[in-house]
Amino acid sequence: MRLIGRKLGLYALTAWVAITVNFMLPHFMPGNPIQTMIGKITGTVTPQEINAIRKAFGGGLNRPLLAQYVTYLEQLAHGNLGYSLTMGASVSSILKSSVLWTIGLIGISTILSFLLGTVCGALLGWTRGSRTDSLIPLATFFQAVPYFFFATVMLLVFGLNLHLFPVLGPYNELVLRPGWDWAYIASVLRYAELPVISIVLSSVAGWMLGMRNMMITMVAEDFVLMSIAMGLPKRKVIWAAARNAVLPSIANLSLAIGLVVSGALIVELVFNYPGVGDLLLNAVQSQDYPLIEGIFLCITLGVLAANFLADLVYLWLDPRTRTVAAP
Amino acid sequence: MKKLRFPRSPKVIVGLVILGFFLLLMVFGPYLAPYSPDNTSFAPLLTPSAHHWFGTTSLGQDIFSQTLVGARATMVVALIAGLVATTLSIVIGVSAGYLGGYTDDGLTLMSNVFLALPGLPLLIVIDSYLPVNSRSNSVVIGLIISLTGWAWGARVLRAQTMSLRNRDFVESSRIIGERKLRIMFSEVAPNLLPILASSLLFTILYSIGAYVTLAYIGLTSSSVWNWGTMLFWAQANNAPLSGEWYWFVPPGICIALVGTSLALLNFGIDEFINPRLRAGGLSGRQRRRLGMPRRQRLGLTPVNRRPANAPRLAPTTNAVTP
Repeated sequence: MRLIGRKLGLYALTAWVAITVNFMLPHFMPGNPIQTMIGKITGTVTPQEINAIRKAFGGGLNRPLLAQYVTYLEQLAHGNLGYSLTMGASVSSILKSSVLWTIGLIGISTILSFLLGTVCGALLGWTRGSRTDSLIPLATFFQAVPYFFFATVMLLVFGLNLHLFPVLGPYNELVLRPGWDWAYIASVLRYAELPVISIVLSSVAGWMLGMRNMMITMVAEDFVLMSIAMGLPKRKVIWAAARNAVLPSIANLSLAIGLVVSGALIVELVFNYPGVGDLLLNAVQSQDYPLIEGIFLCITLGVLAANFLADLVYLWLDPRTRTVAAP
Repeated sequence: MKKLRFPRSPKVIVGLVILGFFLLLMVFGPYLAPYSPDNTSFAPLLTPSAHHWFGTTSLGQDIFSQTLVGARATMVVALIAGLVATTLSIVIGVSAGYLGGYTDDGLTLMSNVFLALPGLPLLIVIDSYLPVNSRSNSVVIGLIISLTGWAWGARVLRAQTMSLRNRDFVESSRIIGERKLRIMFSEVAPNLLPILASSLLFTILYSIGAYVTLAYIGLTSSSVWNWGTMLFWAQANNAPLSGEWYWFVPPGICIALVGTSLALLNFGIDEFINPRLRAGGLSGRQRRRLGMPRRQRLGLTPVNRRPANAPRLAPTTNAVTP
């Protein structure tokens, strides 16, 4: 329990750092940032928009910084992330429409790739020194390719040349309307296949290599030799070794989740998937600062929540951490 | 002190060769390029030929020249970011591990916060506020990337320093009365070296990815050619959709090759740090030739003597002997 509290404290602190960075960055802009932002608004400027931008700065630049900061935090506590400069809507309402797509796509592919990579890594570690080792340079190559480049190649080869998968967009937008009917859901799943496969293939190598290394270290332990000597079926021995080898892999999830999510966000751009990543890139291109900041906060909080879940899983799997607080 | 042996596996050699090639390209690439990367005088969208090895862009620029010229900015930013981040992680990690106490608590908390923050979104936010002229500055971009990339190295170095601090050989030099600096540099530092190298390679790998991604989404100046900007223009002109593979495949393959070489070297260092992995990578025959104990597949454990000069890799053979 103490450990859960400590982890929560760490993530709360991290979230606070992210929020503060978010608040401070616009103040470093050269000139008057409020004027600069108003200058970026496309079309006519409504008083509502000017008001929203002033609010984002905690009620105007001529107030003391601390007062601005307090106002900013109050706004945030009410879920007010500001007003988009280019899309004519509040940032939170824009985020609401795309966040589900991202959670669906990236959540599913991260879980799939972790499971697949761990299982393959355990088997590779078990059969080390045999012909399966020739997979390692290949996996290393996959690990080194940027996600978005790999996604582009997949799109070109399997989507456009071989016509194996539908491409571009989240579902067949020409024919279907969103709704809870079977045709729509089937189309969503079908259109998600290629993005999911791309993300899984680019991220699976990392999990696989890490798990293989842990597994090799674990297989040399005495308890594994003992189980073999006792004549346990191979399946059970692998399971026992893998269960122990997977722990460091889960303990390191906090680094990995951030990296995988970062990479996967860019994949959305390649497939025109209407998630948070695609939104972020559009916001970057149109220099829509309030939207960029809102998306950054949203991604950070999502990653932190995922980290916390991973920590809970770790606590559940490793009884040692429940009694003694880990360093 | 025993001389540090450099791991000599095929992985390391291949990694070194590829990395060396791209380092040469970083230095000489811009001089080797047959045309200027901005030269728009050729016919647009030529497929690869003897004249234009990688074809031309929709503006009629030579893609081969762009790839050669782009090597420099890409590698320079990655090296700057990698070196700065590793320096940061040495300072923070080693002092946290060596000093302990509140300093350690504070520094560890700081690196944990930076580990939990997703790096790329943070980079995008910081970068989008940069004035345009700093976006073309390799040093500025490198410094910002290093800001998000030091935490992992610091954590690993801290753990290693802490485990070294209380080892017998360090204790004994302390008791003998060696000076602190001598202990740090000739006792502790050589043992940090493999981890340091691995963390440097990892950070450079991360930096290349981060820089190329930033360029790909248009957050670095488009006046500086790097492999990411090439991909940015290819994507902006819908090259993947219209099947102009020769436009985006060369920079992508280059990035992948540099990354692979770094990852292979890292793999070699991992095997160096953890000898069990080294034995794992060898085939049965190679193991026998090196005099390593055979891995037992059966439940029986023959009592076999280790040759006196063999490295002791798997302690399993002796462990269960009755």
